[in-house]
Amino acid sequence: MRYQATLTVNGIPYPVEVEATASLLRVVRDVIGLTGSKEGCDDSECGACMMLLDGRPVNSCSYLALQADGREITTVEGLAPGDGLAPLQQALLEAGGVQCGYCTPGMLISATALLSSNPRPSEDEVRVALAGNLCRCTGYTNIVSAVLRASEGHPAGTPG
Amino acid sequence: MSTFVQATTVAEAVGAMSGGARPVAGGTDLVVGARQGKAPLPESIVAIDRLDPLRGIELSGGRLRLGALVTHAEIVAHPGVLEGFTALADASAIVGSHATRVHGTIGGNVMNASPAMETGGPLLCFDASATLESVAGSRQLAVAELLAGPGETTARADELLTAIEVPALPGAGSCYARLEYRRQMEIAVVGATAVIVLDGGLVTDARIAITALAPTIRRVAEAEEALRGTDGGRAAAEAAAEAAAAASAPISDVRASADYRRAMAAVIARRAIEAAVARARGENVPVPASPALHGAV
Repeated sequence: MRYQATLTVNGIPYPVEVEATASLLRVVRDVIGLTGSKEGCDDSECGACMMLLDGRPVNSCSYLALQADGREITTVEGLAPGDGLAPLQQALLEAGGVQCGYCTPGMLISATALLSSNPRPSEDEVRVALAGNLCRCTGYTNIVSAVLRASEGHPAGTPG
Repeated sequence: MSTFVQATTVAEAVGAMSGGARPVAGGTDLVVGARQGKAPLPESIVAIDRLDPLRGIELSGGRLRLGALVTHAEIVAHPGVLEGFTALADASAIVGSHATRVHGTIGGNVMNASPAMETGGPLLCFDASATLESVAGSRQLAVAELLAGPGETTARADELLTAIEVPALPGAGSCYARLEYRRQMEIAVVGATAVIVLDGGLVTDARIAITALAPTIRRVAEAEEALRGTDGGRAAAEAAAEAAAAASAPISDVRASADYRRAMAAVIARRAIEAAVARARGENVPVPASPALHGAV
């Protein structure tokens, strides 16, 4: 059965009509048309679909869209101010933390959630925070170093 | 054609369940299970994630009350849990990834009834009980009586878990440790819980549970007996851990062979016991104990 809901994505409310079993990822990608969030495993192993729900990371492939009705959703498209890049995105480019790019949206969401609750993480804290996001190309080192660069107080970083 | 209702009251939720609906909170088991092909999503879904009476951690009168919607992240952040129910914090701290821990609930973890779930051992060792509600009323039963087998509980399909209550055990040191292949998005290959009370340097109370080693998580009386009256040192911990391994009945699956699980049971149980004894002595063992205990010999 289809139900009406309002999904607020990156500050914009989208009235949608969705099946009871539709995932948040499906609706954001196929109905709303924001395709930055990726489907990797589709069962919560890889983190490529990660979004923020009321500021907290969620594997959107495994979250019912209807449960997000009325809540604030942030996708990778919502991280950058205007046409620029968020400090984390800039750091990821500079550190060479992007290869095929498929895991990048989820990595950025995880790292954003980490830095908002812990602006000065240790390397180990970064690794734990990103451990739910699989990358099959870079070997993680450059991604971890990018998050450290973007963290508060880092010599090469910009306050995030 | 599935139906969906967002419950706004507990009465509405149990009403929907009496009509056959299945509850969903964080979706980290039910929806993930459907995606993995374990079981299709139910025909009728009732979302319970906005039921405020099911929220909140209260610690008073020697009892810890966890609303069914309390998340793993909330458990790990609670000073009273870290202090008095450390094994539970060890367990919740390693459930899934950070995305799982902010949405996944203690209620869902318990009712999913996986023999490999992290929080079950600590709840059994602390003698936790569960409150189940239905249109017929409410009842309380021990978590040990609730867990019936892999993915099975003794709750009726129309009963909603609303809270878990855990009696405090003053002075106890406790630890949950697991063998894991990956630091996050992992579930125990083998797990063990130890809760230890020391008096005058001797073990006066010991509770040991094994995880992912039998159809349900279970306490091991022989291991507990092996520790009582000892100094909780290496020899006693080894003897108790051997008893825990001997009581295991593991399966072979994609994650480990039964032989490997049995061999590791003694190692992981000993690590949990030694960390619980150290905590009972007031020594600092970081939470989560896994993976801090990795590399321990």
